[in-house]
Amino acid sequence: MTAEATPSLVEATDGPAQAGPSVRGPRARTRTAYLRYVAGKLGGAAVSLLAVLVTSFFLFRLIPGDPVKYMTGGRQVSAEQLANYRKEFGLDLPMWEQFTDYCGKALTGDLGTSYQFRAPVIDKITEALPNTLLLTGTAFVLYTALGIFIGTRSAWRNGGLSDRVNTGLALTLYSIPSFWLGLLLIIVFSVGMGPIPGLFPTGGMESGGNEGFAYVMDVAHHLILPVVTLVAVEYGQTLLVTRSALLDEMGSDYLTTARAKGLRDDLVRRRHAVPNALLPTVTLIFINLGRTVAGVILVETVFSWPGLGGLFYQALSVPDLPLVQGLFFVFAAAVIVMNTLADLIYPLLDPRVGR
Amino acid sequence: MTLLEVRNLEVTYAGGAAAVRGVDLSLDAGQKLGVAGESGCGKSTLALALLRLLPAGTRTSGEILLDGEDVLKMKWGQVRAVRWAGASIVFQGAMHSLNAVHRIGDQIAEPILLHKKATPAGARKKTGELLEHVGLPAARASAYPHELSGGQRQRVMIAMALACDPRLVIADEPTTALDVMIQAQILRLIEQLVSEQDLGLVMISHDLAVLADTCDRLAVMYAGRVVEEGPARQVYEDARHPYGKALSAAFPRIGDTASRFAPRGLPGDPPDPSALPSGCTFHPRCPVALDSCITEDQELRDAGTARWAACVHAGASVPQPGSPAEEARSSTP
Amino acid sequence: MTTTESDGPMTTESTAASKGGPATARSPRALAWQRRRHSAARFWKQYRTHHAGVFGLAALGLCALIALTAPLTVGSDVQSVTDAPGDPMESPSTEFPLGTDQFGRNLLGLVVWGARVSLLVGLLAAVLSVAIGALIGITAGHFKGWYATVMMRITDWFLVMPTLVLAIALATVMSRSLGTIILAIGVTTWPTTARLVRAQTLAVESRPYIERAKALGGGHWHIMTRHVLPNVMPLVLAQTTLIISSAILAEATLAFLGLGDPTVVSWGGLLQDAREAGAVSAGKWWYLVPPGVAIAVVALAFTLCGRAVESVLNPKLGVAR
Repeated sequence: MTAEATPSLVEATDGPAQAGPSVRGPRARTRTAYLRYVAGKLGGAAVSLLAVLVTSFFLFRLIPGDPVKYMTGGRQVSAEQLANYRKEFGLDLPMWEQFTDYCGKALTGDLGTSYQFRAPVIDKITEALPNTLLLTGTAFVLYTALGIFIGTRSAWRNGGLSDRVNTGLALTLYSIPSFWLGLLLIIVFSVGMGPIPGLFPTGGMESGGNEGFAYVMDVAHHLILPVVTLVAVEYGQTLLVTRSALLDEMGSDYLTTARAKGLRDDLVRRRHAVPNALLPTVTLIFINLGRTVAGVILVETVFSWPGLGGLFYQALSVPDLPLVQGLFFVFAAAVIVMNTLADLIYPLLDPRVGR
Repeated sequence: MTLLEVRNLEVTYAGGAAAVRGVDLSLDAGQKLGVAGESGCGKSTLALALLRLLPAGTRTSGEILLDGEDVLKMKWGQVRAVRWAGASIVFQGAMHSLNAVHRIGDQIAEPILLHKKATPAGARKKTGELLEHVGLPAARASAYPHELSGGQRQRVMIAMALACDPRLVIADEPTTALDVMIQAQILRLIEQLVSEQDLGLVMISHDLAVLADTCDRLAVMYAGRVVEEGPARQVYEDARHPYGKALSAAFPRIGDTASRFAPRGLPGDPPDPSALPSGCTFHPRCPVALDSCITEDQELRDAGTARWAACVHAGASVPQPGSPAEEARSSTP
Repeated sequence: MTTTESDGPMTTESTAASKGGPATARSPRALAWQRRRHSAARFWKQYRTHHAGVFGLAALGLCALIALTAPLTVGSDVQSVTDAPGDPMESPSTEFPLGTDQFGRNLLGLVVWGARVSLLVGLLAAVLSVAIGALIGITAGHFKGWYATVMMRITDWFLVMPTLVLAIALATVMSRSLGTIILAIGVTTWPTTARLVRAQTLAVESRPYIERAKALGGGHWHIMTRHVLPNVMPLVLAQTTLIISSAILAEATLAFLGLGDPTVVSWGGLLQDAREAGAVSAGKWWYLVPPGVAIAVVALAFTLCGRAVESVLNPKLGVAR
């Protein structure tokens, strides 16, 4: 929910504001209004995506020096060969022509050719994308569930020992660099330390040579440490958001009503407090997913996971401009798409917003 | 038979604020008791205390006998069983007391499913009946609270309160947020339902006129105590406690020219429950206080047939400032 | 969560003005200072009740002391690769309490020295970020119309960009230096501040005394610097503290990816060295632990301080004490 917050003191001091929760978010009461709202959101997303496309083109042309030099990796090459490279990658054209060319191709799904792999960028991306989705998807489900589970309990026992321990732990893990945690986990659980034998592979996604069920188990085995790392550094944010959303909700009158009806405490929490508090955070959870896709760069690098993040790291070290450019677009697009999805789904979930 | 008997109820919040300080009340089935007082006098605390709904850390002592059983001595399981099935509450401000993301039908059916072990279909049927009973079409069960008007929401609250056929209904400022016409409708509805089903009603309000209109008996609360009690009409028209007088004068009476010129309202604010004044807690604002009121606590005393007031002047119908009131004091139990 | 934008007790400048008894004869400036002293004292009194915040502040004080006195305690020689005192990757010993790095340098000394770079970069990047955010927030809140629209569009657009990816991209296209890192972090993290500050500015400007100041002929500059700025300062302070923590993490991340300044020692750089030297596969955990712990401690300390400041300003947040 990126609804504009414009608190006005004049309003606030005027006494109990009679603004019900229905003022939250876009008000779209009828189906046509919702469709208009959807159209608006989709249009906004399209504009954002275009802006990202343009940025990713110009941002990486700022690199000083001749991009062709990166391709040759310092080898001695003749002027003729350099000219060939230029022609091959369209670098001999004027900037604006390169730009229109780039935009035109991008709209058809062509993001150029990677310098280091000599393969279409789009192919490299579609190759790596499922692996990243597997990793982030698994981690996302786990850290969201964990964050909400602990966050609600923490808020319900606000100020108690378990609340303070959990909040402290979440803040601590949140302050830890993900790559460092990953490296430590590799040392302890993959390399092995003291009495602990190496339980998990140090990296990659599969050992090779497996098929069927064995393959699935092998991938799962490789998945554990990266997922643990991601969950550890990401669940804290969900926990804190959940906790403060629920705390805001705790003094509400309808919870007293629910208690007065004779409901057990955990039913009051599960059936009344949590849905009310968490519906508005759905948006945040979606945005988190978009950010996780981008934040996965380090974890994939550390665990040599063959996903977009690992690819980004490889592309950076060259630097392989078309690939960096394409990946930058994909990461930004992930956030925009998730944002838009959240905006579209939220009014359907929360009756306060209306349809 | 006595439906509700409250004896020497005291409630102290975790911060040390004494919100209710020794309240005695009793109510028979079919009777309607009004509790009046300014905001902060402890009347809403009283309502929550009756079903033990106060926040954790609040100290409550005394007795709350509901059909002869002490709510304060029950185990939590028993308390939950009594809630809504034995006594239900119509809260003030139905907008916030209803859950905004559940359909109202589900909210009404919730206690039925919980207490009556009804089937979902049975609960749905009962919900429809209840809604029609309070004057709403049964089809509104699928509406969300924000789709209803203020008066409709209050009707939903009332339907919900009657869901488990309780013996006692506590109405906490049921009409405060409504405009006058709707207010009258809701009051008539409550009156009608109470007389039909022979319920006990405890109605809490700051509006003495509303209570006098609806209730049989009236208790006026000040700083966590009942300072005056008696038949509703009498208390409203001829209060014996200066606070009761001030409260009834605070609302203009239609057709009574004298009341238009009488000074209305009270100087000062209700006392802070964590730092109460000495003696009679009302003395700083009392127009007829004696020196003794500053040091001596005033207990409830007889003030006519079935009437009590906690004032040295109780008994004399028009207290004269400065008049000796020794006889009145000696009659205290 | 954008919860800080509501009005905290600290931001009500005009309330405590008349307190203080015999101040009638003083100049307005002295009055203003007195008022500020009062609110600072009140702030500190409330801050002290947040144990985690006090703990964070103490930890920061210690780290700052270590960083500032590093030239005296370890000296800049510790960075030197050529005359390193020990053998490569020695285990911790009495001579080298944390062991040595891949060049045989004293790891304890390096971690102490690295505090200077990490804290400096974190601080400057956060200041840059908050300065940009405050500038855009105040101007977008003050000048309405197309300027505000354009500025908020840009802010929104930066807000959806994945911060880390953008910072990495910027660091890639610029030369390897501390300035680049500071710029990359500062330029990518300002949008949240801009939004918060703008909301606060709108709230402040809707108050009657701004109307009065305008009626008395106060220009844009006067209103923004004399009325709006003091009122958004507490918010800006809280934001700075919180952003420093993420800036330190971002610095470590960029350095770890090899985008940092190769000529200086920083905690993230030490971790990159360790990884490249094969400390992970060799199981030399003691090489990796100290820089990471240092990053986590400092980031956590700033987060705790930021949360404490935030909850003093906005008690509704319900931050655990």
